[in-house]
Amino acid sequence: MLHTITVLVENKSGVLARIAGLFAGRGYNILSLAVAETENPNLSRMTITASGDDMEIEQICKQLNKLINVIKVNDVTVQEHIARELLLVKLNVTKETRTSILEIVNIFEAKVIDLTENTMTIQAIASPSKISNLIKNLKNFGIKELSRTGRIAILRG
Amino acid sequence: MKKGVDIFVEGLLREGVEIIFGYPGGVLIPIYDRLYDAPIKHVLPRHEQAGAHAADGYARASGKVGVCMATSGPGATNLVTGIATAYMDSSPIVAFTGQVATALIGGDAFQEADITGITRPITKHNYLVQDVDELPKIIAEAFYIARTGRPGPVLVDLPKDISLGQTENDFPEQIDIPGYKPTIIGNKKQIKLAAEQIKKAKRPVIYIGGGVIISNAHEEVKELAEKYNIPVTSTLMGLGGFPGDHRLFMGMIGMHGTAAANLAVHHCDLLIAIGARFDDRVTGRTETFSPHSKIIHIDIDPASIYKIIKVDIPIVGDAKNILEELLHILEESKCELNTIEWLNQIEKWKKENPLTYKKQKGKIKPQFVVEEIYRLTKGNAIITTEVGQNQMWAAQFYKFTKPRQFISSGGLGTMGFGLPAAIGAQFARPGELVIDIAGDGSIQMNIQELTTLKAHNLPVKIIVLNNNYLGMVRQWQQLFFNKRYSQTDLHTNPDFGKVAEAFGIKGVTIKEEEEVRDALNYTLNYEGPILLNILVDEEENVFPMVPAGASNIDMIRGDN
Repeated sequence: MLHTITVLVENKSGVLARIAGLFAGRGYNILSLAVAETENPNLSRMTITASGDDMEIEQICKQLNKLINVIKVNDVTVQEHIARELLLVKLNVTKETRTSILEIVNIFEAKVIDLTENTMTIQAIASPSKISNLIKNLKNFGIKELSRTGRIAILRG
Repeated sequence: MKKGVDIFVEGLLREGVEIIFGYPGGVLIPIYDRLYDAPIKHVLPRHEQAGAHAADGYARASGKVGVCMATSGPGATNLVTGIATAYMDSSPIVAFTGQVATALIGGDAFQEADITGITRPITKHNYLVQDVDELPKIIAEAFYIARTGRPGPVLVDLPKDISLGQTENDFPEQIDIPGYKPTIIGNKKQIKLAAEQIKKAKRPVIYIGGGVIISNAHEEVKELAEKYNIPVTSTLMGLGGFPGDHRLFMGMIGMHGTAAANLAVHHCDLLIAIGARFDDRVTGRTETFSPHSKIIHIDIDPASIYKIIKVDIPIVGDAKNILEELLHILEESKCELNTIEWLNQIEKWKKENPLTYKKQKGKIKPQFVVEEIYRLTKGNAIITTEVGQNQMWAAQFYKFTKPRQFISSGGLGTMGFGLPAAIGAQFARPGELVIDIAGDGSIQMNIQELTTLKAHNLPVKIIVLNNNYLGMVRQWQQLFFNKRYSQTDLHTNPDFGKVAEAFGIKGVTIKEEEEVRDALNYTLNYEGPILLNILVDEEENVFPMVPAGASNIDMIRGDN
């Protein structure tokens, strides 16, 4: 099962390597990772998505907690939370396809952020499943380049 | 203003460090200049790996933090095996490494290696000091992290300009690391649940690990066992945590454990694991490990719980603290256990399956040698071992009665550990008898340390159980690979007695069984360092043995 784990860490050099190394060294599967400074510049928050059975995920959280630079680990999967991803995607466009693409952009509440004669770049901020769905819909038009952030998450309330 | 090198020495003195096992090099020259007249003893091993093992041996024998040091690049990378060994066995050491000047880091400078990167997965924590202002805090934190919670190695990488730099910062009065708050006190509710289970148990077993020794919980374990008549088994790391000659002791558990211990753990209805982590050498096949029992698991490391085995009552915290509380609750509730039937059953298993070996005319049995060492030392020696058959025979045939008496690389299984660890142990406990029970393969992995023995006239006794093979691998090849002894034949070994003499220490070689007693007597009573090379039965095996991946009750008893 896919789990979303948020990790509050000290904002120091080498911390990302410690966390990535822990996953690699212990054979855990990391699917996405997003990291940036929090409101406190001494701290960063990472959002990691990982897959595994309950025992494995529990072990991942405990091992993360053992790292000295890690302050708090929270598996938000089972709690009420909001998850978002940012997608940037560049598509091939022709006069014929432009309208259909714009329709999809509207339905998904995405945004066109760049346009040339043959390309269109779209930005979308949405839940990970909606982002995946959008990509599925755009695939047929010919994706030139795609970049997504991996999810970030925050607990509700 | 204080210089980096002054802070370094002050930091060690503040931590009560009496001895450093270190090896100088280019970037460490300023530190070595400061150490030249500092009130800290310095021991020069002949290889940095041995320095790390010696610090580890010192830590295990004394319960204090061991300190080693090496220069940048190859010096630092030579520490790696020693650090990993300490990590796997939760031994508190602080390793200082020199580093090239901060301005040069990342440029592939001469003798540069990213040692914090290399040791990240084998240290409890590590630091690259980037600013001399941080040095006092980092040194204080390094020692604090190494010795508290589940102990382990911490590495501090010191660039040359940091040693020479100056700062006004002083050492912190208190250590406060936001991401590091080990749990010491066990959860009361969980301890009560454990007590309930104990009261109901008919066939309980206590299974102790190295955590009992680290936590100094041996008295509490003994009280728990004796008051409620619960039999005890131990991992390799736990040996000495419960008296080996006690009526309730069943011997070691696991791959080379006793039949009684493995059968008892298989048939028990309550398993009380204390400071142990269900290592694969202990559990055998996990699906069939202790299948009929409820399991109580006491461990200071939350990550040890549910890692391998699902347990019923986990209790995170310090073993001594938790056992005190548990004993108190049991006492208050007037717990009485009747385990007579269970103990009779175990006694029967013990009688039917004793640890034994077959005597053969003209051959020196290595087990006999260990038995004789036990007899002659009255069970009071500090024993270090190498890894392999020598280690298992030492564990099986020497009855350890006190904690910190058996010093062996359990988790990592590091050949070459025993001699440098014996050096560390002898420095930690100068008046005591320290014996390295070695194999002919392992002893060659740090044989240069005979010089260190000579240099300090350390009265360590090395007893090489020499079978001219990498015995444990050969045993597996014999049993599971049709006797195809691929790369395990060491008949081109040197004469270890003569090797010792060349290093300037006493060396003796014996080949005949009749010589064993006299030679051991001579060796153990010899005043200085000595190596006794004993040519033992070449194809003797360690039994019982649970084949890798099999259930613990499917032991091979051997032909003994």
